[in-house]
Amino acid sequence: MARSRFVGDAGLTVRMTTVMFLLGALFVALVVGLALAAGGGLGILIGIAGIGVAVYQWANSDKVAMRAMRAREVSPEQAPELHGMIDRLCALADMPKPRVGVADTSVPNAFATGRSPERSVVCVTTGILGMLSAEELEGVLAHELSHVAHRDVLVMTVASSAGIAAGMLGQGARFGGLGLFGRRGNNGGLPVWLVVLLVSLAVYAISFLLLRLLSRYRELAADRAGAYLTMRPDALASALTKITGGINQIPQRDLREVSAASALCIAPAIGGVSLSTLTATHPSLEQRLEQLARIQAELSRPTA
Amino acid sequence: MGLWETISGRSRPKRANLDALFLVPSAAVTLQTAAGLLPTGDGAVCYRAATGAGFHETQGDIVALLGAAPDAPQVETSVDSFGFTWLQVHRDPSDPEGIAALCTDLHAVNTTLESEGFGPGLLCSLVPFADPTGRRVGLVYLYKSGTFYPFAPTGPQQRDNLLELQVRDTLRAELPIEPELSGWLALWGAPGL
Repeated sequence: MARSRFVGDAGLTVRMTTVMFLLGALFVALVVGLALAAGGGLGILIGIAGIGVAVYQWANSDKVAMRAMRAREVSPEQAPELHGMIDRLCALADMPKPRVGVADTSVPNAFATGRSPERSVVCVTTGILGMLSAEELEGVLAHELSHVAHRDVLVMTVASSAGIAAGMLGQGARFGGLGLFGRRGNNGGLPVWLVVLLVSLAVYAISFLLLRLLSRYRELAADRAGAYLTMRPDALASALTKITGGINQIPQRDLREVSAASALCIAPAIGGVSLSTLTATHPSLEQRLEQLARIQAELSRPTA
Repeated sequence: MGLWETISGRSRPKRANLDALFLVPSAAVTLQTAAGLLPTGDGAVCYRAATGAGFHETQGDIVALLGAAPDAPQVETSVDSFGFTWLQVHRDPSDPEGIAALCTDLHAVNTTLESEGFGPGLLCSLVPFADPTGRRVGLVYLYKSGTFYPFAPTGPQQRDNLLELQVRDTLRAELPIEPELSGWLALWGAPGL
């Protein structure tokens, strides 16, 4: 039996599935809580609406993200090296080839989006093309292809249903329920709309934190898969170092242009120390480099 | 990917399927009789070199292993512009048993890489054929999908699709052919073509 150099990471899997379970539980809690506070019909209605908006976002994710980054699709004739690299990585991973996009911005970044592996886009900025060597770029592309293979866009949008539902509910409740929450005669108690507002705010806050946590876990998973695909964890590590350094040096005005699509990017597009680790969409550079170093050690272990 | 892999965000590296390479010798006979294409005596395995000492050692072992046989072929390695390594094996094209020996060589390369844990890095194997008019076509084996396809470059970024389709139709009964034409990866600058 051939031995494998693949090191499992049970801890990451456990943490990730726990967070996803909590997000699901939060969604159920919101719907049930609402049904108790304001009647069963409304709870189910809000639940369905939350899922509906999430599905809509997921179905249009490629167009929305491409537009937000002002990216254009490129053909194999326009970018033969980029296409050649992706061709080979897809053959190595046995996955369908995504479309390829390039965004004209000096911010070094890359992202992958799309509703399924068959209909996805991998996009890089001209900034990243100029900054990285071929090997480093390949590491970045492998990371993005791993996002596609893991269906991260689907997972993240479904996971955000609770937050979306709570957000909509909060908006409605702020204006006194728009007549939706009938004034029941609960003398002396809190008005129903206030209860709904408080519950939705709490759900929104918890869902926000859990989503960011999930996003960081998905990034680590994509780093892992990407490093194993190219067999060069060191190239991805040096690319990450370069990109993160580059992003922190870029003036603030440029960064706002890309913040909309931040959760889908290879490195957080918003730099600076003010961003606390709790709400970061990406794990810290140290954490990512540490994981890559572990993979590197396993790959370079001498033969028995 | 299954549901669990999607939820846990965890894909294992794809394992290579190695045994289909032994179908090449009989396909070579068919190509010769039906299309006049003869093996050039060369063959190559394309893989991704991992970083570090372990891989370097393994590659050295492979070259030594191939060179140790009594009818040892010429072996050389080169790295292409995409950072993939081509391990090339050259045998005498006039030897009628050459193609079978070549496939054994290529298989030895694969199994050695696989047994040391580098199987996920295997991209493809290439066996080039040529006809008397100088047309060349490579039979490419993709490890991850376990399928073959023909690749016939005619220029730096041009390929002879007509010849490729002809080869596909000739070999359809003998080899598992890659059904998706978009999966027929262009290997510009592949050795021996």
